[in-house]
Amino acid sequence: MALAGRAALRWGARLPSHGPAAAPLCRQAWLPAACGRPYSSRGKEEIDMSTYPVESIRNFSIIAHVDHGKSTLADRLLEITGTISKTDRNKQVLDKLQVERERGITVKAQSASLFYSHEGINYLLNLIDTPGHVDFSYEVSRSLSACQGVILVVDANEGIQAQTVANFYLAFEAQLSIIPVINKIDLKNADPERVEKQIEKLFDIPTDECIRISAKQGTNVEKVLQKVIEKIPPPQGNTADPLKALVFDSTFDHYRGVIANIALFGGEIAKGQKIVSAHTKKRYEVHEVGILTPNEQPTHKLYAGQVGYLIAGMKEVTEAQIGDTLFLYKQPVEPLPGFKSAKPMVFAGMYPIDQTEYNNLKSALERLTLNDSSVTVHRDSSLALGAGWRLGFLGLLHMEVFNQRLEQEYNMSVILTAPTVPYKAVLSSAKLIKEYGKDQITIINPAQFPDKFSVSEYLEPTVLGTIVTPHEYIGKIITLCQDRRAVQKDLLYIDENRVMLKYLFPLNEIVVDFYDALKSLSSGYASFDYEDAGYQSADLIKMDILLNGNPVEELATIIHNDKAYAAGKLLCERLKETIPRQLFEIAIQAAIGKKIIARETLKPYRKNVVAKCYGGDITRRMKLLRRQAEGKRLMRKIGNVEVPRDAFIRVLKRETDK
Amino acid sequence: TPCPQWPYCRKRCSYCNFNTYVVPAVDEAAVRSCLVREAQTLLRLSQVHRWVHRVGSGGVLGPSCPPAASHPLPHSVTSVFFGGGTPSLASPGTIAAVLEAVAGAAHLPAGAEVTLEANPSSTSASALDGFRAAGVNRLSIGVQVRGALPAAAAAAPRGPIVTVLPPQSLDDAELRMLGREHTAAEALKAVEAARGLFPGRTSIDLLFGLPGQSRDAWAQGLEATLRVCDDHISLYQLTLERGTALAAQVRDGALPAPPQDLLADMYQTARSVLVAAGFRHYEVSNFARKGALSTHNLSYWQAEQYIGVGPGAHGRFVLRAEGGCSREARVQTLEPVAWMREVQSQGHGTRSRAVLSPLEQLEELLTLGLRTDEGITHKRWGHFSPQLSLQAVFGEPGEARALQQEGWLVLDNGGLRCTWAGLAVLDSLLPDLLWQLQRV
Repeated sequence: MALAGRAALRWGARLPSHGPAAAPLCRQAWLPAACGRPYSSRGKEEIDMSTYPVESIRNFSIIAHVDHGKSTLADRLLEITGTISKTDRNKQVLDKLQVERERGITVKAQSASLFYSHEGINYLLNLIDTPGHVDFSYEVSRSLSACQGVILVVDANEGIQAQTVANFYLAFEAQLSIIPVINKIDLKNADPERVEKQIEKLFDIPTDECIRISAKQGTNVEKVLQKVIEKIPPPQGNTADPLKALVFDSTFDHYRGVIANIALFGGEIAKGQKIVSAHTKKRYEVHEVGILTPNEQPTHKLYAGQVGYLIAGMKEVTEAQIGDTLFLYKQPVEPLPGFKSAKPMVFAGMYPIDQTEYNNLKSALERLTLNDSSVTVHRDSSLALGAGWRLGFLGLLHMEVFNQRLEQEYNMSVILTAPTVPYKAVLSSAKLIKEYGKDQITIINPAQFPDKFSVSEYLEPTVLGTIVTPHEYIGKIITLCQDRRAVQKDLLYIDENRVMLKYLFPLNEIVVDFYDALKSLSSGYASFDYEDAGYQSADLIKMDILLNGNPVEELATIIHNDKAYAAGKLLCERLKETIPRQLFEIAIQAAIGKKIIARETLKPYRKNVVAKCYGGDITRRMKLLRRQAEGKRLMRKIGNVEVPRDAFIRVLKRETDK
Repeated sequence: TPCPQWPYCRKRCSYCNFNTYVVPAVDEAAVRSCLVREAQTLLRLSQVHRWVHRVGSGGVLGPSCPPAASHPLPHSVTSVFFGGGTPSLASPGTIAAVLEAVAGAAHLPAGAEVTLEANPSSTSASALDGFRAAGVNRLSIGVQVRGALPAAAAAAPRGPIVTVLPPQSLDDAELRMLGREHTAAEALKAVEAARGLFPGRTSIDLLFGLPGQSRDAWAQGLEATLRVCDDHISLYQLTLERGTALAAQVRDGALPAPPQDLLADMYQTARSVLVAAGFRHYEVSNFARKGALSTHNLSYWQAEQYIGVGPGAHGRFVLRAEGGCSREARVQTLEPVAWMREVQSQGHGTRSRAVLSPLEQLEELLTLGLRTDEGITHKRWGHFSPQLSLQAVFGEPGEARALQQEGWLVLDNGGLRCTWAGLAVLDSLLPDLLWQLQRV
């Protein structure tokens, strides 16, 4: 799903190659472009970073809605500054993963240091790629905290979209200088004037501050660089101070361990120094520091205000958590504010399609999560689906991309169950409070759902959603939002034709199919983005599914009271379609506690025998019967009812997988 | 038992997915010589004349070779079945040539059942007379011409039988929907003509569960059938086969899909009506009175040996001539032109051969045998499984025991068989039984 856009998601990394067999010289064996270094870095001699005092440094990001041209602009900036050579092949140079190029999103942010001479001064411009999607709003905020300014790219044809709004506010709240850029002015339908007015109306930026460019053709791109130097203030920080470095990204390399991307807020760092993580309190010796051009290029030192990488014998990405502060051993500093551990917002079960694939999938998951500490992995098992995991993701796009990478990079096909969200319960039962050691618990598995008599309040996660749409769809969209229990917070015409809506959504109402519904009722024109908005009180209940009176553990769900009847009915209907008829009648029921809220009846077979069976076609028939006989092994028995694994898969898995 | 295939039809019926071909002109002489040649080759390979056979025992079927010639009866072909396509479109001369070839390569007793599937529109009295003269002695008349039917089965000289193809329906509108060429009146005439020539040995086929067919229409059709029928009726629930015109019409909503409950009602009605009329319900879809069971088809359900001749025909037999003692599943090349080329160059057009393992043979025996009212006798089971008795496999606690307790199955001195209720849901019982068998 393309919830985000060309969002540089910060969890990923230079991926390990497929396996240990891959050539060590070429870490991304699956991506030839990355191997051959198609762009020239600035030679092998080490750059003396002390020649770049803070006054000559600019740290900035590019932020944009999906497909508005962020990566293309980055390509041009790299070319103009000589960071890479100018060839036709420079397409999304910083987007190296297959999934990135296919989907037009940046999964792995690649930062790059650019050298640029302007009015006789040599500048060091650090382009810090940031995730643009709110799944990664925390990562974005950490990346932005290493910047002093942003280039806000808006498509001259499409205008402001939902993600543009979300990005703008992130930058605005971080008090960064904003350089508005209107891209794709070469397109036939480009209407930069209209977009300038939108920007003025929504963001209060005077129209004459917008730079009209065509990143594709290079038009006015140089002007953008000049604005970066003029408008964005240099970082603050003093080399004489003790070391204070922010970890804003980390990646894993099979041969060198963790590579942490850092921004120095004070002091300097060099090989051989002993450093400490403020979060883990662990001590490391620095093996290597350097800058990214965009490949790692070692330097003697890095100084206050500069951005680069560090290798220090960290074995796992969890040791270099995004937002952590590094300081010199025995010279502790006040950690930079805002550090949080990754907090999964969407959970889904993941199972191998075939249990014999379990170990392969396990090793693929281990490799992929090496680079992505924000995915939480817990072993789980389901009587129907076998052994698997419950994975926690930062959001939907994160889940989607993770799954796609498993498929593309590890050739793993999996069953991914419909996503659920973490609910909370405020406990009132003294017994339960004692048992949990706290009065508020997070519920991920419906089996843990405490009944209402021991709870004073249930809570559900919410998000503030932004929708930008042509106005003709507004009625349908409002109806859709109301169906999803959303509360309208804002409605604003950003120009004569376009409306921005803001709604507070319960998260679970958008995790399954909201985006698809929105896209389909707006013919693809509406855009959507959301940000975390905390928890709210909710009338939650646990709904059980019964087959001939016996509960089916894996189908129990936590659901809002208002939605229980509709959801129960739908589940029963889907089960009726997927459970094969048997020799006896099967009652399929949805129940809340003892109360039955929906029922479907699956009638028994009265006749099930193939009409013609002679010599001719027996081979094919035997094949079918043997498969059915073998299927008995995989049947999940609920009481006397046999439920094939397929039925669970079809009921549990996400709609989009159909 | 050879089962020669005539793969050609004048027109493709809307429900048929058999291996049939509608071509402007058939080179009958070439097809005939290939059928003859292939029948000769396969009979030689099977060495039918040396089959050691006791009546009803099913010949040499066990996983191990029987002691040589303990019953040195001469071995013979028990039945011949001409299927299709529409074999009644072939000339009587072709039928005669094939029968002569069979008789030349193996013993074909005078009483052996020789069935011809026939289509009402190609069964004039004179044509039928010609077929009778050629050696056909049983006719199966239907609207529907079926694909590959095998040939020789065990020797049971109970007199020959000809099957004329199924007449599916005696209603013109229904016949049009099925894409049949003939009308109800033609079908009736054909049945009359056939009964005149093959008294007591004319079978008719009826289809039920046609899209839009009502319970009443079916009951009336049954009554009409009882007024004209002979002593054998096959009645088939219409199967909407993938790739057929009828299935496409139902899928697209142009025709209604018959409800499951209605189909079950139709089947139960027919069973009751026919049994009341003196018919024995001897197989899921087959009814006979006065002992007019189809020897040939029984041989399939009893897992005996049969030889498939012609494009796309299937066979199950032991290749004695090659010193084999294992039952093989053989399929002949599907496409007629390719099949003919192969027969001309190597004597037969066998496209695939697979030795059936003892377990596979037992699986087939269960699947086929339980379709009959007699079920699987201890004796027949013992031929395939000398070591493990029926009792040892299915008498222990497990699926079969549960199915017996629920009233679907019976295991007693007579063997293993379905109850009246169980027969109608056999396909729901089989996976359980096969699963239990596989675990033994």
